This record gives sequence, structure tokens and C-alpha cells, in this order.
Amino acid sequence: MSLLQVEGLTKRFSGLTAVDDINITVADKEFLGIVGPNGAGKTTLFSLISGQLPPTHGRIVFDGVDITGWPADKVASAGLVRTFQLMRPFESMTALENVAVASHHRFRSRRDARRHALAVIERVQLDRYVNAPAGSLPTAGLKRLELARALALEPKLLLLDEVLAGLVPADRAPMIELLGDLHADGLTVLFIEHIMAAVLALSERLLVMHEGAQLALGNPHEMTQDRAVVEAYLGEDYA
Amino acid sequence: MTRAVERPQDSVAAADDPRLKDNETRNAFVTLGVLAIVLAVLPFVLNERFESIAVLTLIFALMAVAWNLMSGFGGLFSFGHAAFFGIGAYVDAYLVVEYGISPWIAMLLGAALATLVGIAIAFLCLRYQLAGAYFALATFAFAQMFLLLVQNLEFLHKTEGFNLPILGGESFWMLQFRQGSDLYIWIPAAILVLALAGVILYVHSRPGQFVQAVRDDAVAAASLGINVMRTKLIAVGLSCALTAVAGAFYTQYYFFVGPQQAFGAQVSIEAIIPAVIGGIGTIWGPLVGALIVGPLAELIDSVLRDPPAFIGFLQGVAGLDVAIYAALLIVIVLFMPKGIYGTLKERWRR
Ligand SMILES: Nc1ncnc2c1ncn2[C@@H]1O[C@H](COP(=O)(O)OP(=O)(O)OP(=O)(O)O)[C@@H](O)[C@H]1O
Ligand SMILES: [Mg+2]
Repeated sequence: MSLLQVEGLTKRFSGLTAVDDINITVADKEFLGIVGPNGAGKTTLFSLISGQLPPTHGRIVFDGVDITGWPADKVASAGLVRTFQLMRPFESMTALENVAVASHHRFRSRRDARRHALAVIERVQLDRYVNAPAGSLPTAGLKRLELARALALEPKLLLLDEVLAGLVPADRAPMIELLGDLHADGLTVLFIEHIMAAVLALSERLLVMHEGAQLALGNPHEMTQDRAVVEAYLGEDYA
Repeated sequence: MTRAVERPQDSVAAADDPRLKDNETRNAFVTLGVLAIVLAVLPFVLNERFESIAVLTLIFALMAVAWNLMSGFGGLFSFGHAAFFGIGAYVDAYLVVEYGISPWIAMLLGAALATLVGIAIAFLCLRYQLAGAYFALATFAFAQMFLLLVQNLEFLHKTEGFNLPILGGESFWMLQFRQGSDLYIWIPAAILVLALAGVILYVHSRPGQFVQAVRDDAVAAASLGINVMRTKLIAVGLSCALTAVAGAFYTQYYFFVGPQQAFGAQVSIEAIIPAVIGGIGTIWGPLVGALIVGPLAELIDSVLRDPPAFIGFLQGVAGLDVAIYAALLIVIVLFMPKGIYGTLKERWRR
């Protein structure tokens, strides 16, 4: 069964077509990688799907319901949650409080929300910053905080926008393992990432975007054999 | 339906994990308890001469605590809290004078009306995406509109305002006591303590955490399923209700209210100044600020009434209080941008 269907999704900013007629169907429990050069429209695609931006054309169906035009909070409450490539912490709060805000979605009481938040924080290995002000976290910490807040909502579909960026290679392996575990537990994931090793390790299918359009969609390993895709769009670090 | 993350009960975080230690609420209530005791004995230690200063300070504190809910924790800078103070003051005056009903009831009705009006104004402003200075200006415009309206409404006695009837004798129900009665301090003090208890609970509750998240980053908050509009309007409603209560008590204490005392621009300023001086977005900042601004306001007032010879020219000059607040504000913003309490709190943490 498909969890997400995106039909003819298009976003135009005065003159520039940032997302151009994207059609994808994501199966329940699928892990879909999304790659493409800078400015390809990956982040904009996420903003459209999760309701931060209204699409110019197209339709989004999530879990059997047409959610096109829904406000972001309603989309998130329905179980479709994204992270932000440019991290957006609640700066006046600690890391724990940041995550507890999301945990409050399920838990009314402060105690339960904080307890749930701590469990999520441990899961993403943000332990050392539990009670640190969010504004003081380094990039890698903020990336994990984004992930923790999203996970605390216990989504059905998770949209990850470059959560590995800024992590030193040694820190990537446990994150990749965590994402693999989440997937194994039944989470459906759309995964934007420039680090090809991670994309290939995790993705069951791969969407390649270029100038807003859908350049290729299919088996990631077959796609890496396609020289045109490799040379033009997967970046030098893979070629 | 399978869930991606474990439930807290089967997760690794134990309820007694030291990192979950959360004394904030308890500590705040301990502080509040001490404050309540201080306020309770205040009439006994206070020279009667200072009673009016204490009452004025308490009214400032109520206004600033209320303003801080919406503008400090909620991040919606109101420059028009006179509108809600005025509604409280006028609903009280009108109902007490015209119908002789209990000020306590009038206070609640005024708070209800101010809440509705405040939510309507905020909804309109937010609906049309007014933020920052534009939001502040819009609230200012609404307050000025109310001022003009009241000055032109016959049934509200136009520019004359209302004088409360002096009933003679003491009545808690009618909120009238002999001059110098301790109750004139205890009643606003009790309201302030209750209001602060409400603030402490709200700030640590789910809607309170949501509104601070929304203030920090509304886009991120929405992406976590938070209804931004509803969250903001809750803070606005609480703020307006409490401001109206302060207005109603003002009318009761001074036995008089006119358009300027209720809806004048300086009323909006008086709600903002103590909060900014003390520290916006903190629980105790507005109170600390009121402790400075209240006595200062009285001092300025008495100097203007009867200035010493060398500044005799100041006799009866209007607007000096606002000018002095502005000067004080500049000093605070320059040297303690988070306010007195806010800055001290930060130093303490380090
Ligand atoms: N709000 C906006 N207004 C105008 N143009 C925008 C807006 N948001 C994005 N764009 C443009 O749309 C295009 C796609 O941007 P987007 O951020 O989606 O790319 P991306 O694939 O995520 O790139 P990166 O890999 O650098 O994150 C870019 O040319 C960008 O400048
Ligand atoms: Mg991007």
C-alpha cells in the first residue's frame, strides 16, 4: 500500500520553477533517497509535501487523504513530519525542552513529556547536551536535535533534510545505523542527502532531481551504474 | 499501527533520571510563598503615608505581569494594553454606577469582555500577518480608537468619566473600605499572588511551552504540529483578562475613572515599562520592574505637584513621567538588555 502519493507537484517562484512536475509514490515502510545538485529543488519539495509552502500545481495524498493545501501543523499532526536543513532550534530552551515540545503532542503532563523526550534524546545520542541551551549546540548537535524533535512526534512518514551534514565521518556511522533501525522498526523515510555512501547504504529507491524536475527514479545501485547520472548529478565525491 | 519510537514506559529513560530533575515549578512556588508572606505583613510595617505607593506598585505589577504573558512569553509586542485596562476599568465603573452590582462580578465581566476583544484584535492582526512593529502599531491604533469612542459615547459620560458612589461603611462584596484600610493592599496583593501562580503554571504547561516555542520559531513550531494561531490567542486571552482585572481594581481604588486614566497611551506604556525594566519573558521580571517604577511614578507625581524651589518651573508639567521612564529605559536597554531580573538570572546561571 502506498503511504504517500505526489502527483504533478510543481512550485514556481516568480519566474523560477523550483519544483517541476514531480510524481512519486512512496510505499509504506519504504526508504526513499533523494539526491541532486545544489538548488535542484529538494528542500522545496519537502516544504510542499509538509505544508510549509502551497504548491503551484499538483496533489499530495498521504495515508489515503488528500492533504494538498493543509497547513503545516495539521500535516504534522497527521503523522507527516520533516526536519529542516537549516536548523531551527527553539533558542530560549534547552535541548530537552525542545524535544519535550514535540513530546507534548502525545503527553499532556510536563513529566511525561520530558521523560519521553529524554528517551528520544538518548536514542539519537544527544545525551551530552540534554540540559544545554539549544542555542549553544554545535551543528552536529542541532542536526540531531532536529531529528529528535521530529521523532518525538512519532511520525508515520519522516522527511529528513541533510541530517548528516556537518557530522564528522566518525559520527556518521552511528547516525546511519540509527536511521536504519528506525526504518527497520517500520518508519517510512524520505531522505535528502549529499553523502552518497549513506544514501546507498539506506535507500531502497532513489529519486534524482535536477533543476526541479525528476531526472530518474529507481534502484539506487543500478542508477550508480548510469554514467550520465553519476557524472552530472551525484557529485564529484562519488564519481 | 506500529510506532517508530518506544513508549516512555519501555524506554531507557527512568522517571528518576537525574537529568529529568525539574525544580523550576517548585522553586517558583517557594519564591511566590515568600512573596505572599511579605505582602501579607506589608500593611503592618508600612507607614500609612506609603499605602498609595504600595497600591500603585501592585497595579503596575499586575499590568506588567499581564503584558508579559502576551508580549514576553508570547512574543506579540502589544503597545495597546490600555484598551484592555480601559475595558476593565469602564465595565466596572458602568456596572457599579448604573446598576449597583458587585465590583467582583463587574471585574469578571470586564475580564471576559477584554478577553474577547483582545482575541478579536489579535486574530485580525495575525490573520493579516502583522508582526513586530506593525503588530505593535495596530494594537496602539485599536487602543486609541477605544479612547476616541469612549470620549464620544453619551452613556459612558464622554470625557467626564465616572465617579463611584461612596456607600459609607465597609463592604467586601462592594469592595469599599474606610480610607487607609489594609484591605486596599491585601486585595490587589492577593490578586497578584494568584496571577503569578497562574503564570508559573501556564509557563510550564503544554500551552505555555508551545507559546514559547512559537515565539522562538513559529515555522518550526508549526512543523511539530502546533497550531500557531490558537497557541498565541491563548496567551493573548490570559493577558487581556488580567489587564482588565487591574483596570477594575484601579477604578475601585481611586473611585474615579476617565477616558485618559483608562484608555490613554500612557496606560499602555505603564504596562510595558516595568516588564522591560525587570526583564520580559521571565516570571519575576515584571514584578521587579514594578517595584522600581511604582515608587518612581509616585515620586515624580509628588515633585510635580509641589516642586522644590530650584525646579519650580516643573510645577504641573505633564508628561514628565513618560520622559523619565524613557530615560530609564534607555539606561536599562544599554546596560542590561534583558532587564534587571533577566540579566541577574543569566549571570547567576553562569
Ligand atoms: N522562498 C523562495 N523564493 C524564491 N526562490 C526560492 C525560494 N526557496 C527556494 N528557492 C529557489 O528554488 C531553488 C531550489 O532550492 P532548494 O532549496 O529547494 O534546493 P535544494 O535542492 O534543497 O538545494 P541544496 O542541496 O543546496 O539544499 C533554488 O534556486 C532556490 O534559490
Ligand atoms: Mg536543500
